[in-house]
Amino acid sequence: MDPKPTPQEDPALLAAFEARIAAGESIEPKDWMPERYRRQLTRMMSQHAHSEVVGMLPEGNWITRAPSLRRKMSLIAKVQDEAGHGLYIYCGTETLGVDRFDLYRQLLDGTAKYSSIFNYPTLAWADMGVIGWLVDGAAIVNQTVLAKTSYGPYARAMVRICKEENFHKRQGYELCATLAAGTPAQRAMLQDSVNRFWWPALMMFGPSDTDSPNSAELLRWRVKRKTNDELRQRFVNLTVPQAQAIGVTLPDPDLRFDPETKNWVFGAIDWSEFYEVIKGNGPCNQERLAARNRAHDEGRWVREAATAHQAKQAARSTEAA
Amino acid sequence: MSAAHGDEELGIAAGEASAGTRPVAGARGPDLGDPLVECLLRLGDDRLILGHRLSEWCGHGPILEEDIALSNLALDLIGQAASLLRLAGEVEGRGRDEDALAYFRDGVQFRNCLLVEQPNGDFGVTMVRQFLFDAHSVLVWEALAAGGHPGLAAVAGKALKEDKYHLRHSSEWVVRLGDGTAESHARVQRALDDLWRFTGELFRRDAVDEAVAAHGIALDAAAIRPRWDAIVDDVLARATLVRPADAGMRHGGRTGRHTEHLGHLLATMQIVARSHPGAAW
Repeated sequence: MDPKPTPQEDPALLAAFEARIAAGESIEPKDWMPERYRRQLTRMMSQHAHSEVVGMLPEGNWITRAPSLRRKMSLIAKVQDEAGHGLYIYCGTETLGVDRFDLYRQLLDGTAKYSSIFNYPTLAWADMGVIGWLVDGAAIVNQTVLAKTSYGPYARAMVRICKEENFHKRQGYELCATLAAGTPAQRAMLQDSVNRFWWPALMMFGPSDTDSPNSAELLRWRVKRKTNDELRQRFVNLTVPQAQAIGVTLPDPDLRFDPETKNWVFGAIDWSEFYEVIKGNGPCNQERLAARNRAHDEGRWVREAATAHQAKQAARSTEAA
Repeated sequence: MSAAHGDEELGIAAGEASAGTRPVAGARGPDLGDPLVECLLRLGDDRLILGHRLSEWCGHGPILEEDIALSNLALDLIGQAASLLRLAGEVEGRGRDEDALAYFRDGVQFRNCLLVEQPNGDFGVTMVRQFLFDAHSVLVWEALAAGGHPGLAAVAGKALKEDKYHLRHSSEWVVRLGDGTAESHARVQRALDDLWRFTGELFRRDAVDEAVAAHGIALDAAAIRPRWDAIVDDVLARATLVRPADAGMRHGGRTGRHTEHLGHLLATMQIVARSHPGAAW
């Protein structure tokens, strides 16, 4: 991913930086940081921001069909929150000296990554509950740890975002519980949705750390605080009892409780599917990027008009002065 | 089937109407219900349909900030609609709540004006539609907030605050787009020309408006009109747009005679609810 060679860092500065990290201090925008740290954070934060923005699409897909006014409003508000998170994190990346519009261009031309989960289609109303419950649930497990990340602006953004994500997750689970207590058709719709989203949700934590190229350095610099596998296990342990409480099954015949480790042990993840989606061959990769590009292209004349008007206003006020 | 053989094929001979059936001569006008219910449905349906149209933008706006803003407008309007339809259901007294009214009425039973059901088009069409509506809406809420119907006055008081913000937002965009580039000017002028024929309906007064005066609801279209004109003329002047002539005005929404667009909107909006009758969500 990084076309530029990693610069040789001043050993004294690097040692001081790592000492600050080890002491649990937070790194702020104007502090010295190794170039690799800056790049890793830019990568993580921009991927996070892109995920929020692309993540608006699968849920936006059901806003017009929401079956009650209350649900319709909750869903609009949720997608609106995601736009807000995207904006907030894009602004956060600017503290690292990158331009939000450059990052956005990378999303549009397909060179930037975003969470693979959003390349799955939303096929039924129940998906609006299951995404809240499982996808936001998995995101929270990740983000709660990121709220303690060593880079101050990202950590603070995460604290705020986690609060809203928790609300989304509760709302999603409540939607699932309502369907679970509903008609046979509603229960079947819910179960099918869980079957479709369970494994992709587990993949959201990324490949096992032994196969994750960035993990070691991210952990040492406390950009990440827990391994992908630790977080995934924590998510499964939290989620299985929630599934039991509303009477849905999880599509894994190997799922069992291990009384010794107190973990819910799960079956093998099909990583070939994950890598296919990452490569751009997921069910909706093309559609998601096409939708973002269409919005961007169709909005061009609007953005140009706003800029032109602003320039005219400025010229007029100079004239008047 | 040829017209000449139609009567024979149906097996009906001329003059054969059987005794005891309903008279074939019916009323001319549309069948309107209780005026207060009708009035609340008109207000509620305007906001439900416009809010739904705005929600179609979600995730597809020209800039991220505008996605957030359009969602805000949609949320306010659908929230207003829920309150108004709930009130309509209570007054009607047939056990219909806001969801029953939103999801289980057919198009001809909707009472929104034609303006709000028009498709989103480009961002310019959406903003012109919004502006023409908002300018009217703030004046309606001002009148109703001071009105004698306590339930409606409460809704109006809250909605007035929201719609003042909406009007500011849509006015600013009309000015930006009108004054912006040659392309944006042409687009937004075309949007204005296209939508203008739906503005006359906002000021039509009928028997429903007369009847609800007894409930302390005074919607004086004649008094609102010049104030709406002033708002519109001011913004159009700043946007360097030309106000279209009042010709070929369209109406019918208030009595359920809609444009063909509404049916498609409702087909989408109601599909899940209607596929599972009796289900709770």
